[in-house]
Amino acid sequence: MKRMKQLLVLLLILALGLTFIGCGKKDTNTQTSGKDASSKDEGDLIVVGFSQVGAESDWRTANTKSFQSTFTEEAGYKLLFDDAQQKQENQIKAIRNFIQQDVDYIVIAPVVETGWETVLGEAKEAGIPVIIVDRMINVSDDSLFTCWVGSNFKQEGYDAADWLAEYLEKQGRSEETINIVTLQGTIGSSAQIGRTEGFAEKMKEHPNWVMLDRQTGEFTQSKGQEVMESFLKSYDDIDVVIAENDNMAFGAIDAIKAAGKVPGKDIIIVSFDAVKAAFEAMIAGDMNVSVECNPLHGPRVAEIIQKLEKGEQVEKLQYVEEGVYPAETAAELINTREY
Amino acid sequence: MIKKLKNRLSSNSFLIIITILLFLLMYIGGVIIFKDKNFGRMQVFLNLFISNAGLIVAAAGMTVVLISGGIDISVGSVVAMTCMLLAWMMENKGINAVTAVIVVLIVGIVFGFVQGWLISYLKIQPFIVTLAGMFFARGMTAVISVDMITIKNEVFLAMAKSKINLPFGGSVNKRGVLIRPYIYPSVIICILVLIVLFFVMKYTKFGRSIYAVGGNEQSALLMGLNVKKTKIKVYVLNGFLSALAGFVFCLNTTGGFVEQAKGFEMEAIAAAVIGGTLLTGGVGNVIGSLFGVLIKGTIETFITFQGTLSSWWTKIVIAVLLCLFIILQSVLMNLKWNKRKKINQV
Repeated sequence: MKRMKQLLVLLLILALGLTFIGCGKKDTNTQTSGKDASSKDEGDLIVVGFSQVGAESDWRTANTKSFQSTFTEEAGYKLLFDDAQQKQENQIKAIRNFIQQDVDYIVIAPVVETGWETVLGEAKEAGIPVIIVDRMINVSDDSLFTCWVGSNFKQEGYDAADWLAEYLEKQGRSEETINIVTLQGTIGSSAQIGRTEGFAEKMKEHPNWVMLDRQTGEFTQSKGQEVMESFLKSYDDIDVVIAENDNMAFGAIDAIKAAGKVPGKDIIIVSFDAVKAAFEAMIAGDMNVSVECNPLHGPRVAEIIQKLEKGEQVEKLQYVEEGVYPAETAAELINTREY
Repeated sequence: MIKKLKNRLSSNSFLIIITILLFLLMYIGGVIIFKDKNFGRMQVFLNLFISNAGLIVAAAGMTVVLISGGIDISVGSVVAMTCMLLAWMMENKGINAVTAVIVVLIVGIVFGFVQGWLISYLKIQPFIVTLAGMFFARGMTAVISVDMITIKNEVFLAMAKSKINLPFGGSVNKRGVLIRPYIYPSVIICILVLIVLFFVMKYTKFGRSIYAVGGNEQSALLMGLNVKKTKIKVYVLNGFLSALAGFVFCLNTTGGFVEQAKGFEMEAIAAAVIGGTLLTGGVGNVIGSLFGVLIKGTIETFITFQGTLSSWWTKIVIAVLLCLFIILQSVLMNLKWNKRKKINQV
């Protein structure tokens, strides 16, 4: 009797399992058929497969939203979106599936630079154009991707230096010696390399600027604060802090306040990324400027796809437009910021 | 007749049959639902193997460890270390590809031997030993190089990229390009591993001893089996397979970096459990684990084909399946146990 009961339980579980699978299937079924009904008459939608890194930061989320709001069915696209959960192997799988689905374009925001040879070779063989956004990839054969869209980090470095020169001139300090320290990003990342180089090149035009020290704050607030504290201990006359992203600038602000100085006045703070929180800091007067790192790649990629559709050539490296946001404009712009 | 069926039902192969049926059901379901999206193409099925070749090897090794009653959570880190070591040796030291592969396989064996020795001779919990192994291997990966290394070694890339086209089942895509179904050498490696392990587990003395040790260590000892030796062999085998999985994984990603293959061991354990392996030991089959991996791959394929669902649903579905299979297992075990009790009473 007892065994009969257990057998019953077993059958019940099996039935449950099967209904679960059944349900799952029906669900997707209705979803796809619903989609089909709406898109069947517009069979010429451009299918774009987009493999995103993940959702690790506000910047990334804004980047994803930019794609999702650009590639809509109303605009003539069908976007297949895949979140790689920070894992390259997931991206590789997703790209293989995109190829099998015969998508028209593949867009990748790569997790890492390496390891794309094989799978991009498969895409090339299938004749599907590949557009890389944000981070660059490291491949031996350039023809494996059609083009790259992203930020011009070096230009951001130039912009920061230009803004600083202008600001100092307004304050009548263009002749006096300016002591600068830099909180660098994670060494070796393309943002760190570009921003450091760009600023250093422009510095040559200003012999009165002195770079006291450069150290990495690894793009984090806590490390930025730590490094700034040590800077403040070793140098008593710091005029400018260059923080290679906003988070490190926030850390530096805390360190400066703790040392009894006024950030934004005693020490000028120049930062990068221009996230929403940076605008808040600028409104509070703690930060002087933030140079944008634009995550809104969607429209630019759409532009490229339209060109490719018409059979036009596109440039291999394409930069997105990026602005410089000084504290004076922060209050009026904060509400327009999407990230 | 009914009795026969009942016997079948309570036997261990029942779990595997359910897994295989589930896979077939899901796959056929996919072919029907995504008919207009080419889910039925041969290549979609082959991609399951291409993209998961490393995981299949790791899951096969994990199955053997689980059958022996142990566990090895160092696998993911060993895979990362293997990739990094391969990349570092070939790119920074200029060692040729074949030597590099042999060296990492030996490193894997040594790693497994140390873990196995600690577990069997010092009688430390396998979980703790391999936890230490996990931290050690991940740490070593970072020590070798914090920066990622791209493999540019021509011999290695040739191995990774050499497509083996199948002579049948080609399809023309909408750009008019005929694409023949293809596999990579990594797929052949993983299938060979499965075949060899299947026969070792089923027909050799070593294989049967693993089942015996995992089923009941005390009885195995009383039967005159060398339990310690068997266990150490299991971990050496798994160390080797982890390194091999790392090599296969590296063929797919052609580079080394610290964050690679995080949580890989958990995926391998999940695949083994879904494939009918008992965490308590003594029951399991590498073929079941293969289907465990294939089920996971199919769910992932579903999600990319669907296009709008969050890829995190893979994890949720796997979680539900795991629960389901564990409940199933425990019910089956109860059934078996009751039967034994009844026989004893008689």
